[in-house]
Amino acid sequence: MGYLGEHLLPGQLGHFFIVLSLVSSAVAAFAYFKSANAVSEQNAISWKKLGRYAFFTDVFSVISIFILLFYIIHSHYFEYKYAWQHTSLSLEVRYMLASFWEGQEGSFLLWTFWHCVLGLVLIKRSKEWEAPVMSVLSFVQFCLATMIAGLYIFGWKLGSNPFILLRDSGVLDNAPALHMNLDITQPLKPDYLSFITDGNDLNPLLQNYWMVIHPPALFLGFASTVVPFAFAVAGLWKKKLTEWTKPALPWALFSAAALGTGIMMGAAWAYESLTFGGYWAWDPVENASLVPWLVMIAGIHTLMVYRHSGHSLRITHLFLILSFSLVLYSTFLTRSGILGDTSVHAFTDMGMNWQLIGFMAVCIVPALWLFASRYKQIPSIQKEESATSREFWMFIGSLVLFLSALLIIGKTSLPAFVKIAPPEDPEFAYNRVQVLVAVIVALLTAVTHYMKYKQTTRAFFWKKIWLPTVISVVISSLILIFGNINYNKYGYGFLGSIWLAIACSVYSIIANGAYFIDKLRKSSKLSGGTLAHLGFALMLLGILISSSKKEILSYNTSGIAINFGEGSKEESGENLTLVKDVRTDMGKYWVTYEGSEKNPQKPLWYYNVKFENKNGKENFVLQPNAFINYKGNEGLMANPASEHYWDHDIYTYITSLPDPTRNKDTAQFKNKLLRTGDTSFYAKGYFILEKVMSRDSIPTKDGIDPTGRASLAIIKVHSMNNSTYTAQPLLVNKGGALYSVPDTVISQNLIFAINSVQDNKVNLGVKESNTVLDYLTLKAYKFPYINLLWLGVVIMVAGIFVSMIKHIRRMNRDSLPGK
Amino acid sequence: MKKVHIILLVLIAGSIAVLISFLKASTTYDSIDSAKAKAGKYVHVIARLDRSQPIEYDALKDPNYLSFTAVDSLGKTVKVIYRNAKPDNLESSEHLVLKGDYENDHFECKEIMMKCPSKYKDDMNAAEKNIRETTQAEPIENQTADKRTN
Repeated sequence: MGYLGEHLLPGQLGHFFIVLSLVSSAVAAFAYFKSANAVSEQNAISWKKLGRYAFFTDVFSVISIFILLFYIIHSHYFEYKYAWQHTSLSLEVRYMLASFWEGQEGSFLLWTFWHCVLGLVLIKRSKEWEAPVMSVLSFVQFCLATMIAGLYIFGWKLGSNPFILLRDSGVLDNAPALHMNLDITQPLKPDYLSFITDGNDLNPLLQNYWMVIHPPALFLGFASTVVPFAFAVAGLWKKKLTEWTKPALPWALFSAAALGTGIMMGAAWAYESLTFGGYWAWDPVENASLVPWLVMIAGIHTLMVYRHSGHSLRITHLFLILSFSLVLYSTFLTRSGILGDTSVHAFTDMGMNWQLIGFMAVCIVPALWLFASRYKQIPSIQKEESATSREFWMFIGSLVLFLSALLIIGKTSLPAFVKIAPPEDPEFAYNRVQVLVAVIVALLTAVTHYMKYKQTTRAFFWKKIWLPTVISVVISSLILIFGNINYNKYGYGFLGSIWLAIACSVYSIIANGAYFIDKLRKSSKLSGGTLAHLGFALMLLGILISSSKKEILSYNTSGIAINFGEGSKEESGENLTLVKDVRTDMGKYWVTYEGSEKNPQKPLWYYNVKFENKNGKENFVLQPNAFINYKGNEGLMANPASEHYWDHDIYTYITSLPDPTRNKDTAQFKNKLLRTGDTSFYAKGYFILEKVMSRDSIPTKDGIDPTGRASLAIIKVHSMNNSTYTAQPLLVNKGGALYSVPDTVISQNLIFAINSVQDNKVNLGVKESNTVLDYLTLKAYKFPYINLLWLGVVIMVAGIFVSMIKHIRRMNRDSLPGK
Repeated sequence: MKKVHIILLVLIAGSIAVLISFLKASTTYDSIDSAKAKAGKYVHVIARLDRSQPIEYDALKDPNYLSFTAVDSLGKTVKVIYRNAKPDNLESSEHLVLKGDYENDHFECKEIMMKCPSKYKDDMNAAEKNIRETTQAEPIENQTADKRTN
């Protein structure tokens, strides 16, 4: 039986390409495997050729799937569940990509897509490593392809297919209106689709430009961890136990840069559009992306140690294998729903837990088994590193990072396996340990560059480092004395750790900065390593200062709204209520809620909140917004707004709005026909219609609309207590459609709306309501020096790239013929 | 013993100490009765909003005072006071994780975590709701459907 209005072709093509990508990635993995294990040159080349063609087919399939799914979303084909679930007609085109990766299938696709890109680069560049490395990568690619396969094998559901039709997905099964004879046991009506008029839309919290750009960066980071992993495995497999380190190093650096950027873009997204009041909350989703990065950084450092001194090769294997394994573990943790009760994130169990566990097992177990069985053959130096050598302290630093990563992931996963509840203050449980890690790591990054590999004499070390040390002592003393860093919510022990960490970060910034300049002056070479460390230390400092000096501005100090309820301990909370047009005292500022504007397309309101510094020099309007009762998301979903300065941000978001259901407005509009100059009465006084004007070219949210016209009535209200007010209701004519824009006189509880205008006669609706009081409740924070954090990220990533380019150049130079 | 081994031991001992302290700091999930029995002790209570009782929140009076009644799976109820803005989806929540302690006559809540009906169920509800509305106002729906195919 056919259904009306369906577009089945893109879905059928999609299914075809999913199967094709599944098959071609399997063929690629197998062919590359045969090539890597081939005895004769001839065999190796022909298998490699097959592998390449299969991989190209896979790339083509993945790109086709990508385009088809985007086409379905873009065309609003709601017969497909994915389009219906994640988009709507009113969704702006610029957010369509965000809705593409809102779903699990889309994010797996994104991951696969980056593997394709990385694979193409590997095929072009990795020469004799191509076969084993691509074999590993294609195998992982195959595993990812099963995640979106949506096949049933012996009753087991394998993957979740993004091209599934809405009518096959079960969503419509309980909707009688869509079935024949209104009976859900009957088939669907042929024209069921005409009832599905709009989609469910993208979660309003994700309708943000960061959500368009941060997942690609993050998934590039996740995807890129497979390359160092593949090189390590290839080295073990082909028994080239040392050679793999050279081509793997730039890839590991790339991975660190990409993943670092992705994580911090995620943090920026949280800061810009979520309302937990910050950029980091030690949420499982955040931890899950941080931990592989920490281990990757540890792996890069031991890899450097090996390249320069021959030490630490064994642990390098382990770190690089574990970094990718932790990406898989994190995928399992965050997508399986097992952390349901401990996180605010809505993890959904898609019934794919066993598949996710299988994915982990087939990648991690063979890699670790290979590592264990070759462990003895991996070269290692029996003699211990000297305590005055650079490699010794780099190794210690890596170890600290690794243990810190294990602690974070351990704490994150514990609630999934043991029936315990998180601590009273989960963030503090992380912070008090990680602040010590920050101390050690900052100190190590400050001094280690001043040591030489193998052995450093005391004279050599002190000759260069004494000056940065002295400067750092002076600057950090100044910061600690005059910076007012007295965050003693958790006692002086923790404050002491913060002070120590700040001092060490300053030390690291200055020591690395000095080293960088010194190197630049002497050999005009950019030292990527010191630059990255400088950025990292800036990040640490930014984190420490912005968190410990974060100020709550919205402490309720105003006279008007305070009424301590029963049982209250007379403590003023962090929320402040602003009544419209009432200037309210908020610490350093006067704040006024000036009114709201509605987005013409969706139930999204923008609230204008004016901040005036009491010193009279600072004056700005912030526009936090909120979705209200949006598509099944009852209540409000708020997005913060912030005013950025070079040294601090003022950050605010709406926490509560008048409850429209409780304040049911029962008063009705009474219509009155008035001429200009006419007077009419209301409960507390009278009003005069002074003037009626028309206006052309109305300004709208999308610019001036020249075709629109508007009538404006000016009404003078005289109340019994001799106050006068002016109200200006509008009637907008936009392309023939009429919109009335009412105006209110808050203190008189009056609302005016124009129903129609004829010459100078106005049909005016007047409402006297007891609920017109317009107000909002907000929280406001000040984040000092948060820009240090963002600046630090940029410098760190730049430093890693400089280092990566240097290693690629060195590798190219070494591989030139005749060298 | 090598230096590395000593440092390794120190670090591992440190990590174990941290994990133990984490376990110690971690709290328990309790029912309303056992939370009452442990008055003053920080616990997690999994409960539902008692919809038969009023929710008291008036941002104009005090934006930092919310009071409602929670009921757990054993049917026990407790008055909850949360000194913060009312979470917007409180009414639509399926169950609540209340973090705080029992004091005198009420549960002093420091943090509320809302568990809303899963997205999938939401979809079902939304779909059904949509469809109920469309059957009542068919002409309009057909019109919008036309718009879509255009």
